Formats: sequence, C-alpha cells, structure tokens
Amino acid sequence: MTNKATQSTATPTGKKLRIGWFSYSCCEDSTIVFTELMNERWEVWKKVLDVRHARVLQTNNVLDEMDVAFIEGALASQEHIDMVKKIRVLAKKVVAIGACACDGMPSAQRNDFDAERLKEIQPILNQFNYNKNVQKLEEVITVDVKVPGCPMNEQTFLTALDSLLTEFKIVA
Amino acid sequence: MHLIDLTLNKEITKVEGSATLDVKITNGKVDHCRFGISEYKRFYTQAMRGKPYRALPTLLARICGTCSNAHLLASIEACEKALGFKPSHQAILMKQLTMFGLNIRDHALHLYLFAMPDMHGKDSFLEFDENDPEEHQILHDAFEIKAAGNYLSIIIAGRSVHAIKPQIGGFAGIPKPEEITEAVKKLTAARPAVLRTIERFMQAPDRFDRQTKFMAMVARPFSYLEGHIVSDQGDYIEEKDYREHLEHTIIPYSHASGYKFKGQSFMVGALARINLAKDTLHQQTRKDAQAALDLFPSTNVFHNNLAQAIEVLHCLDQSIEFLQTHHFETEPLGQPTLEEGTGIGVVEAPRGTLYHRVTIGKDGKVIKGDIIVPTGQNQINIEQDLARRIEELLPSDPDADSLQLELEKLIRAYDPCMSCASHFLKVRIDGAAVRAGQTLHQDRNQLVPQK
Ligand code: SF4
Repeated sequence: MTNKATQSTATPTGKKLRIGWFSYSCCEDSTIVFTELMNERWEVWKKVLDVRHARVLQTNNVLDEMDVAFIEGALASQEHIDMVKKIRVLAKKVVAIGACACDGMPSAQRNDFDAERLKEIQPILNQFNYNKNVQKLEEVITVDVKVPGCPMNEQTFLTALDSLLTEFKIVA
Repeated sequence: MHLIDLTLNKEITKVEGSATLDVKITNGKVDHCRFGISEYKRFYTQAMRGKPYRALPTLLARICGTCSNAHLLASIEACEKALGFKPSHQAILMKQLTMFGLNIRDHALHLYLFAMPDMHGKDSFLEFDENDPEEHQILHDAFEIKAAGNYLSIIIAGRSVHAIKPQIGGFAGIPKPEEITEAVKKLTAARPAVLRTIERFMQAPDRFDRQTKFMAMVARPFSYLEGHIVSDQGDYIEEKDYREHLEHTIIPYSHASGYKFKGQSFMVGALARINLAKDTLHQQTRKDAQAALDLFPSTNVFHNNLAQAIEVLHCLDQSIEFLQTHHFETEPLGQPTLEEGTGIGVVEAPRGTLYHRVTIGKDGKVIKGDIIVPTGQNQINIEQDLARRIEELLPSDPDADSLQLELEKLIRAYDPCMSCASHFLKVRIDGAAVRAGQTLHQDRNQLVPQK
C-alpha cells in the first residue's frame, strides 16, 4: 500500500503545507526516522511542504501560523508547556509524534521513581525548574492525530501525512 | 569601532538536541562564553537500577536517537562482559556491520543536513535547488548515502534506530541472501557519491586549529568495537585497565567545570580516530581517499567533518567485503557463564568513545551503572574554542547574527549530541554547572558542595 506522499502520481496543487517540527523531552529519534523517510521522498516533499519551524533542520525559524505542527517528546518543564500552548494556537492541526509525546514514556520515567531516587535527582529538578511530573502532550493541549511507536511508526506517520495533504488540498 | 558590548543567548540550530550559546562581550573582551546543554535530563542512570539486565540495552538506547545503536551495542557488551557471555565470530561481525550502517547513516546526516548548508550560504538542506546541477547532485548524493546506510542497518539489525535484532548473546536473526545482494548493490552504487562527499569536504574553506590531545579506541584493522585506548601523547590503555581509566580520567574529566582540567583537554570523535588510526583503514579506502588522508593528522577542528566523510567510505568498503565473504548461518543466542558481575562496554560511537558500565546481581537485576558519552568529553574543548574563536572574530567587528553563525559552524564541526550530553550527571545549562548535591556559586563558575 503506497502512500500519496510517496507517490509521484499525486499531483501537487502548487500550494504547500505549512508545517513545524518540534522536539521536547525526548531522544529525537522520530526526527531521525523523519530524515530517513526523506531519502526516497525528498523530491515530492520539497514541492508540498513549507517548513516554517524545525530547529534541527534550519536556522531561520518562524513561529507563525501553521497548518500542521508535529510535536515529539514529553513535556518536562513550564517552558515546554508554554511553547506547546503557543503552538496549539498557531497550528490548525497538532500531531503527537512517538511514544513520549503520545503516552509520556519513557521520557516520563522519573514520574515513577521511588523516594530514594527522587531525592537523588531533586537538586537538578529544583535548580533548573523541571516540573514535578513529566506530562504527555494530551495532558496540556488537544491533539488531533497520534503517531505512536518508539520511534514513531513509519507507516502510521506516512498515512497521517497523506490524509493531511489531502485535507489541506495540497495534493489532489 | 570594535564591538564593545554584545550578549548572545540564542538556541543553537542544526544540531542534535537542544543547547544554547551564552556569550557576553564587554569592552571588546569576552566576558564569558558558555555552550550550555539545555536538553532536559531523563535520568537513565537512576532508571536502570533494579531493571532486569535483559531489558537494559533497549532501555539505554533511548538515551539518544541518532546514535541509539551505539548505546545498544555498548550496553550489550557491558552485560556480556559482566556475566561472561562469549559472542560468536558471526555475532562480532554483525555488530561491526551494525556500526557501519549507523556511521554511514549518521555521518551523512550530520555532513549534509547540519554542516553542508553553511558551506553554501543556505539556511537548510532542503533549500538546495534541484534545478541547479551541482546542488541537485548534492541532494541526490546525501539521500543515496543515507538510504544505503539505513538499508544495511535494517537487514543486519532490524532497524537503523533502536535496533531489535542485536541481543545479549548474539543476534535474533540473520539477513536473507537476496537482502545481502541488494545491500551490496546499494552500497556499491553509493560509492561515487561518497567519494564526491570527501571531495566536497576537502574544499571546505573553514579552518580552526586546536592544540589538544586526541583520544580514541583503536585496533588493527580499524574497528568501532574492539581495541585499546590510545592518545597522540603516548597514552596506551588496554581493555583490562578500562575500569581504572574510566574512574581516574574519563569520569572526572567529563564532570570538570573549570576550563583547565589538570592542564589536559582532549578530543574524541572521527578526527581523533583518523589522526590515530588512518593506516588501519580498509585498503580500498586508503587507496581512493589518499589525497584526503594525507591531510591527517590534523589539528583543524573542521577536519572532523572530512574525517567523518572518510569513515563513511571505510564503513562502505568494509561492509561490502564482509557481506560478500561471510556465509551467514542461524545461531542460537549465547548463554551467561557467571551469575553476577560488573562489565564495561566501550564503543567508538559516531561522535567518539562511549563507555557503558553495569553491575548485575545474582537476581539478574541491575544494581548500578554508568554511561559516559562523547559529547561530555568534548564539551570543555568546545567552550575553550568558542572563546578563542570570538577573540579571532572580534577585530572584524561582526554583528550578532554573523557571530552566532560562525560559532554555530564551529559547534557543528564537533557534531555534538545534546540528547546524549544531557545524560551525564553534571548538567551544564547556560554555564551553570550543577552536580546532584552541589549548586553553582553564582559569581564563580565553581561547584560548591551543598551544605
Ligand atoms: S518515543 Fe522513543 S524514540 Fe521517540 S523520543 Fe521517546 S524514547 Fe525516543
């Protein structure tokens, strides 16, 4: 089952999907999978994606309206929460990428630490105002699409991207 | 008019993970310059305790996405050494192939998506114009090399990130004959692109000389998995002495906060490996990359990129040879011969020497462990270099943006990985160095034990 985003037969309508790719408390692995999916799709994606914000890919990032914001990783600090709230306002659709964003784990493993381990990491939590608990995306903002998996499931991601490209009339 | 006062506190882009550059210049002099890792820790040192050892490698692979397979193999080796597993010849060969797949994919990602845009005045790799012949070739080469590395990792390790086939005691499956033929085809087809990559990074104009000690685990032939640790200043540490080396050199070093640590700073990574072991590379690589290899040993930090490009060629040539000469046979996983113990796994990860240590109890649970990552070892050099780079640039009176670009280019040459770096016990954020139990004394960058 190939996907529109990968088929060269999908006829771009000239419009581009305005996207942002954001990573918070995570190992950034779905970002690596995303760059690997580019290997066979970069020519199509260059025509249909307008990357507004992606710190890992570019230096001049603009945080303005987006059609779709892809958010990877769990939320470990108030700074993370403020950012995703801002993104939620700017993006028509938010896609949670990977297990950490969808369910919190494993980046939220400190939530289950026993007293002894918590005491050990407390100085760092205090010094750099980490939140008491690490939260998954849905606990802070509404999420339109979820791409689970650790790293994200490639097929689920490609299917989601396809339906978004169709929904926003980027490909006919 | 010299640049009198400037404060830079912007997020660094096109690197793995999040970090900020904290620079203050007053009266044309560098007041402070800190490369702060602002990645949030996820506390794997604490999380690993009490876990069944069989689950450890896949857990610790989540320390970092881009070099997850290096963490996986280092953790597997630590567990195998702790409990007396003897990996078979085929398992060792497949671990090598896993590292080759990782390095081809990861180096190409860094060279093309992070470093190459700077060399063409572009902001992002996707801005390269496919209608411009030279830029189209660059786009094509990058994705062809990455795809070949990715495919090799998939047939050997099951996945190019967070691989599933490498296990404690061996591999859960072998590649099919048709997969091997396809991999050899893709790797051979990508070879011209790799030679062009070496050519491109030989032309790179940037230069930053850094006198330092270079350190790496080396072997003959060239290996990312075995060998002894050497430096270019006569250090020679055999595997049996790794524990002592870890305790007295590596751990103290990567926790150092002051600029000078016992007067010796050192660098790990591709530049160190090629400086120390270029004559052990695959003979096909040495033949075709001779002109580039003649530039080493080098103290130009930007040659870390060129060294990575040369390593991609080595990994490609060595993979083709192994795939064409080895007959893969299904093997049962090895069994432990000890009930408990402590083991150390050392791997040359893409960014440098990676140490995993684990102590496993009779109940098969992890008692404790340590992970020392390459970026932590390079951090002191990075900060020293940034300060010196600013002083070099100040006379040309750069504005904030061009200064930030020049400093980011230097940081990217080191290819730091913040996901890994956020792991090590000492967290450096905007220069505030804290170790669990100690807080920073504000005006002095010293660690002050918490009362
Ligand atoms: S879900 Fe897995 S791969 Fe993705 S960031 Fe979290 S740990 Fe890394």
